[in-house]
Amino acid sequence: MRVMHKISTYIYTLKQGIINIGKNKMFSLASVATMSACIFLFGVFYSIVANFTNTVKGAEEKVAITVFFDEDMEEDAIKAIGEQIKKRPEVSKIVFVSAKEAWESYKEIYFEGNEELSAGFEDDNPLANSANYQIYLSDVSMQKTLVKYIEGMDGVRQVNKSDVVANTLSDFNKLLGYISAAIIIILLLVAVFLISNTIMVGINVRRDEIAIMKLIGATDFFVREPFIIEGILIGLMGSLIPLGILYFMYGNIVGYIVEHFVFLNNIMKFLPSHTVFKTLTPTALILGVGIGYLGSRITIKKHLKV
Amino acid sequence: MITLTHVTKCYTEGIPALNDINIDIEEGEFVFIVGNSGSGKSTFLKLLTKELEPSSGQIIVNGTNLKKLRQRRVPLYRRNIGMVYQDFRLLKDRNVYENVAFAQRVIERSPRQIKKEVPLMLSMVGLAAKYRSNPKQLSGGEQQRVAIARALINKPKILLADEPTGNLDPSNAWDIMNLLDSINARGTTVVVVTHNMEIVKAMNKRVITLKKGVMVSDELPGESNA
Ligand SMILES: Nc1ncnc2c1ncn2[C@@H]1O[C@H](COP(=O)(O)OP(=O)(O)OP(=O)(O)O)[C@@H](O)[C@H]1O
Ligand SMILES: [Mg+2]
Repeated sequence: MRVMHKISTYIYTLKQGIINIGKNKMFSLASVATMSACIFLFGVFYSIVANFTNTVKGAEEKVAITVFFDEDMEEDAIKAIGEQIKKRPEVSKIVFVSAKEAWESYKEIYFEGNEELSAGFEDDNPLANSANYQIYLSDVSMQKTLVKYIEGMDGVRQVNKSDVVANTLSDFNKLLGYISAAIIIILLLVAVFLISNTIMVGINVRRDEIAIMKLIGATDFFVREPFIIEGILIGLMGSLIPLGILYFMYGNIVGYIVEHFVFLNNIMKFLPSHTVFKTLTPTALILGVGIGYLGSRITIKKHLKV
Repeated sequence: MITLTHVTKCYTEGIPALNDINIDIEEGEFVFIVGNSGSGKSTFLKLLTKELEPSSGQIIVNGTNLKKLRQRRVPLYRRNIGMVYQDFRLLKDRNVYENVAFAQRVIERSPRQIKKEVPLMLSMVGLAAKYRSNPKQLSGGEQQRVAIARALINKPKILLADEPTGNLDPSNAWDIMNLLDSINARGTTVVVVTHNMEIVKAMNKRVITLKKGVMVSDELPGESNA
């Protein structure tokens, strides 16, 4: 049964929770520190994974594969090839570029500012055989498979793949995800254990007082709540501290990389802090507070018979 | 107010700490429970607060049959009973004021009422000036007054005291007993367990004597011929 309490009662139990932490400084501090370390690591991995994911997504949005056809192909045959490729699940978009269009865009790039130089080629398109399909992928990791498939098709002269980096990144990203999940789970278990210990020490120190409270007629809520608050506050501090540090670090590190490691900046597409922290902040807070709540709940259930 | 019928309590099977007790205490009475060490006095009080369950028999307190009282409602039940102990049982981590106020916070009195009622109660037990002291800084007699103030702040119908003067010198013991007497005079039913026969004789109240778990006498005021 859920009982509503007066606001003054919540304020009182909140105060008691804070007092509990003050009385149990060493253990509380250790819990906050461990929790902070966990959330910090979580934040670091999250930031890395988020940036890699963003980079991979960026690569996926770029042309991954260009398909050229045998010389003098009929338009219908080209269309048939396009239809067939479109059916593949890993294909997100397919665009036909005619020989003329190919020449136009080539011109734009190579004769920029000297358009009259290109005029001599007008009647005899040097890229007459460069009509192609540009294929965009929904999943870069499928690039190899798709290329192999298209190369095996009739009427296909050549298949160009643009980026192998994306593929490697995608694999690396997955690996990173697994490693970080494993590390985080271990650390979180440690954090739950430490919080649980902190609460247990608090309960043991106050055994007599708890007995007295119960004789006076205190309900379970009254006896338990301060310990729950203690756990939640530890979790809250343990997530706010690393979030602050991460926020400070993220901007600086990305700035440093962009400035000093130009090649990395070419490969990577870095996310701005506010994008990263829009997700990271609530996740870390829920994680921290959740663990604090859970740790104290479990302990109370086990050690506080009320 | 308090009725026990054929109540027996055995901690170990076959060895009753209380044996077939029948007691009826009326509202507004002042009763002493006396007897040697180990005669079952504390056990008797613990049955009344439902810290213990009787092995057999029925206990009715203020209309509540304790056997039928669900565990979840025990805290609510205890709020109608003030408890005072030989060792005071104050919360050592807070001052006099907070110790008394705690009983009110438990029943969710509003902060405004608490601020009004606690000082009144403290001045009634003669401790208005020491409200900020820590229990450790008080004499035994003063600590017991705090405990009594805490027991009474919620205006319980019943006050149970287990050797409230056991740790006090004679003059303090008398002060506390007189305080309990004046509380009884205002209508609270008071049950006091004590070894202090001198005070028991002088106060001329109902006296119930236990011996090895058996009730051996129940003397009304004026009946005593010891
Ligand atoms: N928790 C317990 N477990 C087993 N036996 C107990 C327990 N508490 C009390 N007893 C036994 O029950 C009997 C009555 O104990 P009780 O504490 O009621 O005596 P008492 O009259 O209050 O004594 P005292 O004057 O010394 O306080 C004693 O023989 C005691 O040893
Ligand atoms: Mg006793």
